[in-house]
Amino acid sequence: MSQYLQIDHVSIDFPTKNGPFRALDGVDLKIAKGEFVSLIGHSGCGKSTVLNIVAGLYNATEGGVVLEGKEVYQPGPDRAVVFQNHSLLPWLTAYQNVELAVREVFKGQKSKAEMKEWIEHNLELVHMTHAKDKRPDEISGGMKQRVGIARALAMQPKVLLMDEPFGALDALTRAHLQDSLMEIQQELNNTVIMITHDVDEAVLLSDKIVMMTNGPAATIGEVLDVKLARPRDRVALADDAEYNHYRSQVLKFLYERQRNPAQASEKVKPKLVKSGEAA
Amino acid sequence: MKDKLIHSLETVGLSPVVPMVRLASGENPKQQLSEIFERIGLPILAIALFLLLWSVSAAKVQTSLGTLPGPSQVWQQYQGLVVEHQEERLKEEAFYQRQEVRNEKKLAKNPDAKIKVRPYTGKETFFDQILTSLFTVFTGFILASLIAIPIGVACGLNKKLYGAISPIIQILKPVSPLAWLPIVTMVVSAVYVSNDPMFSKSFVTSAITVTLCSLWPTLINTATGVASIDKDWLNVGRVIQLHWSKQVFKIAIPASLPMIFTGLRISLGIGWMVLIAAEMLAQNPGLGKFVWDEFQNGSSNSLGRIMVAVVVIGLIGYVLDWLMVSLQKIISHSSPESAR
Ligand SMILES: Nc1ncnc2c1ncn2[C@@H]1O[C@H](COP(=O)(O)OP(=O)(O)OP(=O)(O)O)[C@@H](O)[C@H]1O
Ligand SMILES: [Mg+2]
Repeated sequence: MSQYLQIDHVSIDFPTKNGPFRALDGVDLKIAKGEFVSLIGHSGCGKSTVLNIVAGLYNATEGGVVLEGKEVYQPGPDRAVVFQNHSLLPWLTAYQNVELAVREVFKGQKSKAEMKEWIEHNLELVHMTHAKDKRPDEISGGMKQRVGIARALAMQPKVLLMDEPFGALDALTRAHLQDSLMEIQQELNNTVIMITHDVDEAVLLSDKIVMMTNGPAATIGEVLDVKLARPRDRVALADDAEYNHYRSQVLKFLYERQRNPAQASEKVKPKLVKSGEAA
Repeated sequence: MKDKLIHSLETVGLSPVVPMVRLASGENPKQQLSEIFERIGLPILAIALFLLLWSVSAAKVQTSLGTLPGPSQVWQQYQGLVVEHQEERLKEEAFYQRQEVRNEKKLAKNPDAKIKVRPYTGKETFFDQILTSLFTVFTGFILASLIAIPIGVACGLNKKLYGAISPIIQILKPVSPLAWLPIVTMVVSAVYVSNDPMFSKSFVTSAITVTLCSLWPTLINTATGVASIDKDWLNVGRVIQLHWSKQVFKIAIPASLPMIFTGLRISLGIGWMVLIAAEMLAQNPGLGKFVWDEFQNGSSNSLGRIMVAVVVIGLIGYVLDWLMVSLQKIISHSSPESAR
């Protein structure tokens, strides 16, 4: 398998009062084109940090990230990010939020009419056409997340990065969005890195599950290839032996080999939850 | 329709009128009536009580200019000022008419005659002074905003810059306008020299003093607002590689608009207070000068007229504040269409 994206022995130190804090140590991963990879691990182990380094929002202290043979060290639309809390600009409508990105990314490449069509196409993809002129505080949490995904897809990224995209949603909404995401993935065959806390979500969506050890100096503990046939159906898979085998392997890793660290019990979500979040 | 009306009333700060609208549409009369009493009746009662206390206690204070005027005397003085203003306008009109007649005659005699139109130089009335003050305060305030918002945004985006100039801000912020005034006056008379000045020196001095004092709240609020923007929003801009100017205008400023407006509101309030003091001390035209002139004048009308000025200054301050609050609400409630 060709390597499309390579995370090459990445380590990162954060400066703190008591000297540098090594959050990641030697994270090494190769991802093929069109592969869907999940990152799973206990809270605070460094999943977001990995994603931010790939996005170029953080710079690795050691090692680096190579995409299509080129090293990346700054953010760019070829690595679109779907943030955990949608991060839509609240003073813009759904359409305008996507438009802001499309205008910037396709400046000089698409005409005005083409841009409009492209924005509408991407909103259609996430089933948000009906609410395209609503602002984020007028739509539900799930809808906001859909718009966030549309915005990222509209950049036509080489790699789609998602940081717990469905973390703040209720189970039913989450299932809907997972199905939507699988449909879109079937159609576009994107290269995706998704962070998740949810074992079922990881097994259902991924081609590869990357399990991380606990921090500090977190690294990759185990990589699980998920060879379930696509398209996958959550109901049919519920009784599938293979599915349950993958599932138990992830669970074993998380709860036997990497015990939840003590401080995780008082897990603090770093991002503040904005009003009107509930789906 | 009704809900829309109520919403827009609330937006412009006329929420006390809301129960009347509800009553007119026949919505639970008993509750609406008690609400009308609470929101309109009680404040009116309080004002009436205040006026009563004022008139009773004022009558007991004897000054060298006679008894301290009560509300009714102040009202009389106000009417006097209105009459004075109207008379002055009539005089002005008559002056221009006479001039026109004279010029026409001149032209009739000799079509090549040079025509001079001299401006009327009558006394500034109370109402002229109000306009002067308003114009001055807005000039100073706008100047301050034009300086404070860009610096505030820069400080909010760059912690090092903010750290560097923060001590200067903290030291300059508490300086009283009265301390600035002599310096500003000297600098303006030294620097602002022109044979045909567009603005009078006194106007420039007052406006700059207002600027110097109303700079700080906007600057600090803008900086704080921009610095506390959700990090993800800025990261969105970085991912789509927004040019830094777009990052500022499309993300940083809209995101911190509520904070910026809070700053602007405080700034305008301070500017208005400062202006009156500056006009008094520097004899610059405006309401402050009116107060000072009346104080120096010392006629039996003076105290009453000063009180008229005090009430008007207060009312204008209130209106300015209301204006800023409404503007802020309109902008933050702006519909998606108008945001485009
Ligand atoms: N900018 C930063 N400065 C200092 N320390 C940081 C910074 N970002 C992350 N860390 C630390 O690095 C570690 C990993 O954080 P990270 O946010 O990547 O965890 P995570 O796996 O995404 O957790 P969660 O599942 O709760 O989102 C944590 O101990 C965190 O305190
Ligand atoms: Mg995280």
